[in-house]
Amino acid sequence: MIDFRNVNKYYGRYHALVDVTETVARGEVVVVCGPSGSGKSTLIRTINRLEEIDSGRIEVDGQDVHRSGIDINRFRSGIGFVFQQFNLFPHRTVLDNCTLAPVHLRGLSGAEARDQALQMLNRVGMADKANAFPAQLSGGQQQRVAIARALVMHPPIMLFDEPTSALDPEMVGEVLLVIRDLAHRGMTLVCVTHEMGFARDVADRVLFMDRGRILERGTTREFFDHPQHERTRRFLADIRSPFGRTDPPSGG
Amino acid sequence: MIELLRTYGVYFLIGQFPHGPLGGLALTVLLGAAALVLAFPLGVLLALMRLSASAALRWPVTALVYVVRGTPLLMVIFWAYFFLPSLTGQKTGQFATMLAALVLFDGAYLAEVVRAGIQGLARGQTEAARSLGLSYATTLQRVVLPQVFRNMLPSLVNQFVTTLKDTSLGYIIGLQELSFVASQVNSQVVVHPVAIYGILALLYFALCFGLSRFAYALERRAARVDPEFRAANA
Repeated sequence: MIDFRNVNKYYGRYHALVDVTETVARGEVVVVCGPSGSGKSTLIRTINRLEEIDSGRIEVDGQDVHRSGIDINRFRSGIGFVFQQFNLFPHRTVLDNCTLAPVHLRGLSGAEARDQALQMLNRVGMADKANAFPAQLSGGQQQRVAIARALVMHPPIMLFDEPTSALDPEMVGEVLLVIRDLAHRGMTLVCVTHEMGFARDVADRVLFMDRGRILERGTTREFFDHPQHERTRRFLADIRSPFGRTDPPSGG
Repeated sequence: MIELLRTYGVYFLIGQFPHGPLGGLALTVLLGAAALVLAFPLGVLLALMRLSASAALRWPVTALVYVVRGTPLLMVIFWAYFFLPSLTGQKTGQFATMLAALVLFDGAYLAEVVRAGIQGLARGQTEAARSLGLSYATTLQRVVLPQVFRNMLPSLVNQFVTTLKDTSLGYIIGLQELSFVASQVNSQVVVHPVAIYGILALLYFALCFGLSRFAYALERRAARVDPEFRAANA
């Protein structure tokens, strides 16, 4: 469903994605992890073309995403994207955040859009805050609204870019539960996250990135139980117990 | 003062109208309002051009902004009034000259305010709107500009008030706006310059104060419905 072929991306002279080739199947839940600066966010942002690529090809449902003539707005409306910083529209209520896209893009009437938005808000447990403004909500609540805002377009694919990294620890769970619910409904999900418990629980496969490359890929069980690369093992060890390392930290 | 107002009050307010051209306070308000109404959309357009990825759009606007910043408005009015007709062979009216100069000047200044507002807005706002599939135009209209106008309201009002006061430069090319009328009255009465220019000052103050209060009321209203705005402006 999402197909990367030899994708390269540079920021100036910095090689951010190095010859990435990978396929995400329909209905698959894929977690992308790796140290910061490894290209995880860049990778996920190239899927809906928030970032351009310099060479290679990305296809979603057989469509070349980075082709010049593509109807990018129509294409993007079929992919939900959830940001680390939520990015709710602060001048609109929770409900208005969720009705904006369906009214403009699916041609729904105000009442229809409202009904569908409330339905999605209900799914993420935020229907009772429909008339609140984003600033009145906690981080976890804002992120759940952001997920509902993406869901009202009924996208077959959802992308999550570190959805819980900006949250206080006690709010991480509520957001992950919502994402897990989507995974169980058979949506195609790609999630950049450091929540390894979540990955183990929900992901079908895990990709490990380092310096712009997908260094390791495998089913969730393979990845956690038998990581192939030393770099992956070190990363997993660091994440599990940052104070337990015996060797001094090395660069990269 | 009372006597002055009794004799020249109507002249202050509407100039020679209806026996001659409209003037005085009415003309000042008309000129100021027309300048605002035209300069504001121009400013937004110029700001968008200045932020454009295309150099062909960016460059002329950048040049305009620097020229406008680097010249006094008065000089531009002179140029427009004395040199334009010799170029075009057609005499430009005083009102049209003033309006054109004000719109150009304020358009350029407003463009900088709006540009700062757009650049100050978190990038994530645009990214979130675009990744929902909303077009560039809808994103601007529904997500970016409403926030920019709210955040930049104090700066915008500053510029609006400046525009209103700059209409007084019409005096120099004989446009019969408020300042011109005041100096006419003064040259007829001669002995009460303090009172006459006092009235002039009061009238300008009332206009600008009114506009400022109106803007403040808008801010308050925005704050009532939107706690984010309240928090940001507390």
